[in-house]
Amino acid sequence: MNTAVALVLLLGVVLYGVFGGADFGTGLWDLTAGGAQRGQRPRELIDHAIGPVWEANHTWLIFCLVVLWSGFPTAFAAIMTTQYIPLGMAAFGIVLRGSGFAFRKVSIRTAEQRVNGAAFAASSILTPFCFGAVAGGIASERVPSAGHGDPVTSWLNPTSVLGGVLAVFTCGYLAAVFLAAEARRRDDRVLEVWARRRAVGAALTCGALAVAGLFVLDHDAHRLYVHLLHDGWPCLTLSAVAGVAALVATLRGSPALVRPLGVLAVAAVLAGWGVSQYPYLLGTHLAIDVAAAPPATMSALAVIAVIALVLVGPSLVVLFLLTARGRLEGD
Amino acid sequence: MAARLLSPAATPVPKSLITSADNSRVLLVAAADPSQLLPAREQMAFTLGFHIILVPFGVAFTFITMIANYRAIRHHDADALLLAQRWSKVAAVLFAVGAVSGTVLSFEMGLLWPGLMKRFGAAYGIPFAVEGIFFFLEAIFVAIYIYGWNRLSPWVHFWSGLPVVIAGVGGTLSVVAANSWMNSPSGITVRHGRVVDVDVWRVFFNKAFWYEAIHMLLAAYVVAGFAVAGVYAVGMLRGRRDRYHRIGLLVPLVVGAIAIPLQIFMGDVIARAVFHDEPAKFAAIEGLRNTGTHVPEELGGVMVDGRLRFSIPIPDGASLLSGFSPSTRVAGLNAIPAKVRPPDHLVTIVHLSFDIMVGTGFLLLGLALWFALAWRQHRLTPASTWFLRATAISGVVAVVSLECGWVVTEVGRQPWTVVGRLLTRDAVQTSGNLWPFFAGAVVIYAGVTVGAGFALRALRRRWAAGQDVSTPYGPDDEHAPVGAP
Ligand code: HDD
Ligand code: HEM
Ligand code: HEM
Repeated sequence: MNTAVALVLLLGVVLYGVFGGADFGTGLWDLTAGGAQRGQRPRELIDHAIGPVWEANHTWLIFCLVVLWSGFPTAFAAIMTTQYIPLGMAAFGIVLRGSGFAFRKVSIRTAEQRVNGAAFAASSILTPFCFGAVAGGIASERVPSAGHGDPVTSWLNPTSVLGGVLAVFTCGYLAAVFLAAEARRRDDRVLEVWARRRAVGAALTCGALAVAGLFVLDHDAHRLYVHLLHDGWPCLTLSAVAGVAALVATLRGSPALVRPLGVLAVAAVLAGWGVSQYPYLLGTHLAIDVAAAPPATMSALAVIAVIALVLVGPSLVVLFLLTARGRLEGD
Repeated sequence: MAARLLSPAATPVPKSLITSADNSRVLLVAAADPSQLLPAREQMAFTLGFHIILVPFGVAFTFITMIANYRAIRHHDADALLLAQRWSKVAAVLFAVGAVSGTVLSFEMGLLWPGLMKRFGAAYGIPFAVEGIFFFLEAIFVAIYIYGWNRLSPWVHFWSGLPVVIAGVGGTLSVVAANSWMNSPSGITVRHGRVVDVDVWRVFFNKAFWYEAIHMLLAAYVVAGFAVAGVYAVGMLRGRRDRYHRIGLLVPLVVGAIAIPLQIFMGDVIARAVFHDEPAKFAAIEGLRNTGTHVPEELGGVMVDGRLRFSIPIPDGASLLSGFSPSTRVAGLNAIPAKVRPPDHLVTIVHLSFDIMVGTGFLLLGLALWFALAWRQHRLTPASTWFLRATAISGVVAVVSLECGWVVTEVGRQPWTVVGRLLTRDAVQTSGNLWPFFAGAVVIYAGVTVGAGFALRALRRRWAAGQDVSTPYGPDDEHAPVGAP
């Protein structure tokens, strides 16, 4: 049962990584879209693409938090008493991002739009970086089981920086892939090319980072490195293959394949992280079974997860379908 | 008696546990509070106090909007349709701020109170996990409802609002279940300071659950109803007394006016429940020093040296209200062991907050009666200026009531975070320094408040100019009213 709940948690992380990630990534392209004139159309595309879905995408984070704190309270406390700096920044980043986005949508004056837009875009980069850094700290055994670890080196270390930067570009990659699909749906060639270019750029960056990352891990988090190559290799291979295939599909112009392949590439990396940590929750020291709450709680969480799957799954599908068919907009 | 004061009747904590907890605390009590306690409390109160203002709009605004929406479709009412569409746009802004400020609260559970989560996350966390489902449904259907005006058929669109209303109720019940569990912690077995077994059902449906949850749910409808009505009262005071403004005033006002008498009835029920189950909190609410009978209800006043001063007594009031008889015995603060007795200033806060909550509640009830009377006499045409003025400020009054209610519940529980089980000082974060975090929260929330103000003003200006067509960023423009004449 403990492992099942840990799997639910991993599933939440993967889904947040993919959906939340695509959502965050739009901020990167929003920030770099250029001045008010040049950037207007890309920003409009971004607004329409994530307007209806961002809140749902971001609820995966809540889901991860509640599963973690109910199912593995000691791990939750350990993380929170160690990595409180990046997590505090991430929390503020989420506030700025969501509010900035919602306010920009309704503000009229360019100056107000600019302030709100900047808040949205900058925090869209800060937040994934923080989450990536937190993940890096956990994976590289920098969060002690009893908590109160080093507040600085637990997230400012080679593995964390790698995790943070990789997170930012992965988000950017996913976002570009989704935006390209959205532009295509609207028959907007110019924007489609705009988004595809960014997808290719981000994909190449991520690939380079991943390769460089293996060297970083070898030196900085050797145990993780060994587990990754030993247990996580199928995931890594899958990710690499899917990533390359997605890149080829993007360049060759087979757009239907790009989205599933891109998502698969990212999801496989996250799953690989989970697999190589198993059976540990924190680094290679706090085991899932040790951190787990009493069995009754774990069963309750499993039941709640099933109910969530049954209720939320179809609703999400409806939301995404309606969005994809352009039913949730007015023009 | 002491044991009863410390532990709600629902969880007969063995006496030994309380004494042992007391003994182990003696040293700590002698020492100063952990230095992080103050910033952690301030931050929790500040961010929750902010979040809770947005909660009523997430919970109840969609219901009010659906009433106007129903009218629009059923009676081909173009004014009601325009109102409903505009309300859903305002809701989009408020909902976003509510969602992100709520996410901060989730982080704060760990960032501020790791001791609570570590020890009781296995039980206290479960209601939040349930809430996660409702958040999801709410976020999904709110998006469909807000963005679906143009391209969904009117009835399909209308019904997409229903899950939002249901999720609002479910979300409220779950989050308040977590809170009421702190007041009345049942369903856990603790051994050697660790939770070893959890009875999920009794955690969620703890003794304080129903009354706290219903009270909060009604509070959401009271606040949303009066606040939205207030906006149109202001408009009418500025001379815009057209049909559009009248409907904008009436629909939410009816909702608020129905909710408030129910709320006051519930409040009375709750006060008695607290009297029975949380006598320590009740003593603080009453500002009562010594246990006794024929206890007067004291209005106002402050605690000085353990005694309530400058208050106006109503003879036998408290005894009558809590037990229907002047000879009802009410426990006083002195019955609480000194080590866990709340200090004077906290008792003052609880006592005054309670008075303000009840006072503002009765003001709102007065407004509701006035409304009913005015409606019977002349269907509110033309509404009197004084009535509109009162309605204009009623939203703020309702928010004051809401905030004071939470202060009663939260501060009234001190020094406990989980009554009889965990002291707040033991729940708090001990790593790092929380003051910069708190400062950051104040700055960012101030910015968000200003931003929200600008955003809502932008919406209003655009509408005042009769320009519903949005900017490049706007969600969408409204389509022609369904079947408008
Ligand atoms: C009775 C209601 C109530 C109370 C007392 C609270 N909340 Fe809240 N919360 C809501 C009712 C609500 C809501 C109405 O459902 C919100 C407001 C706007 C929204 O998006 O949902 C919400 C949003 C919201 C969200 C964002 C959900 C999303 O992404 O859609 C989180 C994570 C929390 N809250 C968490 C908390 C925590 C940890 C609380 C207390 C400690 C808390 N809330 C008090
Ligand atoms: C007028 C009569 C009222 C009485 C006698 C009353 C009584 C109470 C009591 C005793 C509590 C503490 C519950 C606990 O700690 O377990 C409480 C809490 C609260 N009250 Fe009231 N109340 C009244 C009116 C109102 C009104 C008008 C509002 C808001 C619109 C309101 C909002 C709240 C809230 C939000 C809480 C905290 C959470 C909860 O228990 O649901 N109350 N009230
Ligand atoms: C939303 C309205 C709420 C407001 C305005 C509010 C207000 C407060 C205040 C003023 C404090 C500080 C008390 C003190 O130390 O003197 C506090 C603490 C706290 N509240 Fe609430 N509260 C609210 C709802 C909730 C809910 C729904 C929960 C959980 C389910 C919660 C959990 C806590 C916790 C964990 C603390 C810290 C420990 C403690 O002081 O007991 N609060 N809150």
